Amino acid sequence: MIAVSIERRLPRILFAAVIAGYIAIVLGIILTVVLNSVSKGWYSGVLPRTFTAEWYKYAAADHDIGTLIAVTFVVALADVLVGLLIAFPAAYALARSEFRGKAFLLSLFLLPMIVPPMAYGIPLAMLCYKLRLAGKVAGTVIVNLVPIVPFMILVLMPFIEQVGTNLESAAKMLGAGRATIFRKVLIPLTAPGILTAGILSLVKSISMFDLTYLIAGGRNQTIVVALFSDAYAAGARPPQSVDALAVVYFLISMTCLCISLRTVSPTQMVFKLK
Amino acid sequence: MSGARGSGTALLLFPAILFVALLFVYPFGYGLFTSLTGADGGFTLGNYARFFSTPREVRTIWTTLGIALPVTLLAVGLAVPLAYHMRRGIAGERIISFFLIVPVTLGTVLVSEGMLSFMGPNGWLNQLLMALGLVSKPVQFTHNYAGVAISVGLQGFPYAFLMLLGYVSGIDPDLEKASQMLGATKWQTFWKILFPLMVPGIAIAFCLNFVMAFSVYPSAVLLGQPSGPQRVIALAAYQMAFEKFNFNAASAIAMIMAAIELLVIAAVLAWRNGMYRGASIVGKG
Repeated sequence: MIAVSIERRLPRILFAAVIAGYIAIVLGIILTVVLNSVSKGWYSGVLPRTFTAEWYKYAAADHDIGTLIAVTFVVALADVLVGLLIAFPAAYALARSEFRGKAFLLSLFLLPMIVPPMAYGIPLAMLCYKLRLAGKVAGTVIVNLVPIVPFMILVLMPFIEQVGTNLESAAKMLGAGRATIFRKVLIPLTAPGILTAGILSLVKSISMFDLTYLIAGGRNQTIVVALFSDAYAAGARPPQSVDALAVVYFLISMTCLCISLRTVSPTQMVFKLK
Repeated sequence: MSGARGSGTALLLFPAILFVALLFVYPFGYGLFTSLTGADGGFTLGNYARFFSTPREVRTIWTTLGIALPVTLLAVGLAVPLAYHMRRGIAGERIISFFLIVPVTLGTVLVSEGMLSFMGPNGWLNQLLMALGLVSKPVQFTHNYAGVAISVGLQGFPYAFLMLLGYVSGIDPDLEKASQMLGATKWQTFWKILFPLMVPGIAIAFCLNFVMAFSVYPSAVLLGQPSGPQRVIALAAYQMAFEKFNFNAASAIAMIMAAIELLVIAAVLAWRNGMYRGASIVGKG
């Protein structure tokens, strides 16, 4: 009898152990960064003894944090808006019409998601340098569209499929043109999908690193790239000031995550499987 | 009428086609062309030949595969039973999913940066291990293989788990009930019914995880020994492009990266096609 109950409980115990271990590590990493950024001389012991705000002052003097945050948000918002303008019509066409080469087109749109960013990022960065887009906000917006648009198409398609075609036919019968149907019927009905795609992409683009890193420079870099450069050149500044910048980044992305979780579920944050 | 419809569709698809052509196909083709061009502007295979004849460069392939393959296998291997266990929902599901999505949201830079302190010699993890008497002196988790692997795994696991969770919960529960009614044990039901149905999901989760792990860059630089044993292929490409300014050779490395990755993905998809494929196995739910 006892053996049976252990066998039954084993999966649950294993599950709890793995999840608890994972959460403990994540919390540990975050708390260490936060405590490090507000303390001094924490070389041993469970908790730091002296607390200070000087690392934040240091990081603020070291970087123009206002600009970093502004660039981060401008890039993210621009990517969401431009991305939606490209992805929505495409998702609509793919969800609604049958045409030759549709499967090919769909795989072409999804290809950027399975090729590593470094592989197409390096030629893309070379082009940006040639066109003098590198180091500019516009260049950063453009390169980050590459992974955002396919993701948006994927998120939007099922939402559009859900909206029945009869409302569109009714509108057409009543004499509405294509533009009116889009504006008055389709956009309102697919608003949840647009919202989901927009929010998910916003959260994603705040943390996007690889492509931005290849072309962003000078003042026009995002906060995550500045964070990496600081952590990389660790000897150049006190490590706690790197942690201070990390906390600023952490607060921004956590705020966006918490706001987004009011509308979307965590499983939607990853590639959605059919 | 059908002509008008067709042109409407083409018009709707136009921005996206233009986007993928200009920002993905063209750069990729340009990279391929550049990689086949020598310093004098003529056609050459020299960029590839030089990569494959330099042991330090070739080693980056094995270094990267040595990190990406085991970590992806482990992440997906852990995610399958856990997603299976959670398929009908469990207590605290929301909070668990929240903590899983946090590292994905934070991105690899912050996780790697935080690991340096948390898993460092004086960090909490080593303090805990020593207090429990499991080790007598601090374990080195950073600036080595373990550091890079842990960081990549911490990012990959939630991805695989959340992907598979969405997939498993879409499998028709009646299939499981039918199997049990016919006398199959839980174990048999899992291996004979659910696992084959999960294979397509597992294959995609594996591929996407592998893509992320294979292009590992920040974790290798921050948590490994980027000039030695953890010199990954993305780093080799980056250095060639932005430190040596040899864009021809850098493009060749980028193309090799893409080729290896597509090979692994092709192998995974072949494995999937070799397994049982039934019609409409996942209910629309």
